[in-house]
Amino acid sequence: MKIVALAGSIVGSKTKTAILKTVEILSQKYPENEITLLDLAEYTVQFSDGRNYLEYEGDTKYITETIMAADAIIIGTPTFQASIPATLKNIFDLLPVNAFRDKVVSSVVTAGTAKHYLMVEQQLKPILAYMKAHIVPTYVFMEEKDFHRKEIINDDILFRLERLVEDTVLTVEALKIIRIKKDEEYGF
Amino acid sequence: MEKYRIDPLKGIEFGLYSLGDHMSNPITGERISAQARIKELIEASKLAEQAGIDVFGVGESHQTYFTTQAHTVVLGAIAQATSKIKITSSATVLSVSDPVRVYEDFATIDLISDGRAEIVAGRGSRVGAYHLLGVNLQDYEEIFEEKLELLKKINEEDQVTWQGEYRTPLENAHILPQPKNGSLPIWRAVGGPPTSAIKAGYMGIPMMLTTLGGPAINFKPSVDAYREAAERSGFDPKALPIATTSLFYVADTTKEALQEMYPHLNGGFQAIRGGGYPKQQFAQAPDTRDALMVGSKEQIIEKMLYQYELYGMQRFMAQIDFGGVPFEKIMKNIEIIGNDIIPAIKKYTAVK
Repeated sequence: MKIVALAGSIVGSKTKTAILKTVEILSQKYPENEITLLDLAEYTVQFSDGRNYLEYEGDTKYITETIMAADAIIIGTPTFQASIPATLKNIFDLLPVNAFRDKVVSSVVTAGTAKHYLMVEQQLKPILAYMKAHIVPTYVFMEEKDFHRKEIINDDILFRLERLVEDTVLTVEALKIIRIKKDEEYGF
Repeated sequence: MEKYRIDPLKGIEFGLYSLGDHMSNPITGERISAQARIKELIEASKLAEQAGIDVFGVGESHQTYFTTQAHTVVLGAIAQATSKIKITSSATVLSVSDPVRVYEDFATIDLISDGRAEIVAGRGSRVGAYHLLGVNLQDYEEIFEEKLELLKKINEEDQVTWQGEYRTPLENAHILPQPKNGSLPIWRAVGGPPTSAIKAGYMGIPMMLTTLGGPAINFKPSVDAYREAAERSGFDPKALPIATTSLFYVADTTKEALQEMYPHLNGGFQAIRGGGYPKQQFAQAPDTRDALMVGSKEQIIEKMLYQYELYGMQRFMAQIDFGGVPFEKIMKNIEIIGNDIIPAIKKYTAVK
């Protein structure tokens, strides 16, 4: 299966640290999967202007096509003004309606304060649901004190990341079984 | 209706249209040449005429996987190859062309075909054509409105004096040649949401509405909004024809139709939109209430009559060749349409 790990911010280090750790766990636990890291800080992405995603060029086209080809996307997001950063929202805006149909999406989120722990529920999940994602219900929330000099120092976070990776991969597999069953039923 | 060459006494018109897409057959993986594809379209128009189909349309799309960018040239060849069937665009991307040029082309097709040409003008759904043909995408809504107004004016007046923002003015211009009977039916192509339908209504121009799938009832607000807007604008909605369009596949049984259509539909959507057609949604499509025309002939007839009750349209246009459908299947569809579907729906929809 193809898994994309998306670091949704172009500044800061916590989200990137978290997503890199997630990728590391993923590659250790499931080395057979094709994992692509998309760190938005490394790309120049244009603002969405409403065109079909296939019609963009350069980095923008690469990012949208890579996401659209994935079976699962693990989104890493910081919390800006009690929501996701504009850079991440722009990625959603670049994609077509129902872009996440038949895809599994899970999230790891960082914030400056624990008061933001429901941000994913209130801001991110409604967007993912609208885009028809199979959302992995639990997410990993991390705050300032869980990090020290670009390392995750809270063991609880590490265990939870492992569980998130497991849930993501297993949900893709379960969906595949559902799809096979449905296809048998449809007969076309 | 007479102005638009439609006779309600004969019942609903049935047409075929193609976007001129040029894709591999997903089952064999083979892709015919662009030349063969264009010749197929001309051949299909002849078969359609023989089968008693009323209209044949070819559209333009300026991107990969398409082959009728010069759709007026193809329509010219069809005009020569046929003698009775109406010839229309489906659609002309008016935003990227000059309305004077478009009118000249279609008036010429009208003369070649002895008064059978029509224009369906649309905005296009891709940015590619705008870049390719040098039109500023930022103004795309306004450019279309202005060009459509000019096209309508050219159609209605002998000498055109006109001024706008996106084209040099015209002063007492004679647009030649003139069509056979002095004017052409000009329709506005309308996508799903009511906004564009309302604009068509305000302009008092016939509407060709795409109903590509999903519940047919979802398109009803566009039809109602169109008629309301026309009335507000002082036009008689009863004098304005509505056409609907849908992807179409008929086979001996519904199961066969589903099995045969799905790979083409899914592959076609994947190629041009970058996302396939959801199977679950397709499985629901044979239901009478779904707009996508797939099923046995009985099923299709029921769907069409259901939609006729909903919309009261004067014409239905079917797209039977999307996604690399092989020609023998296109022939088979035309045969069933001509033998079974058209007689049934005309019988029920002829205004007495």
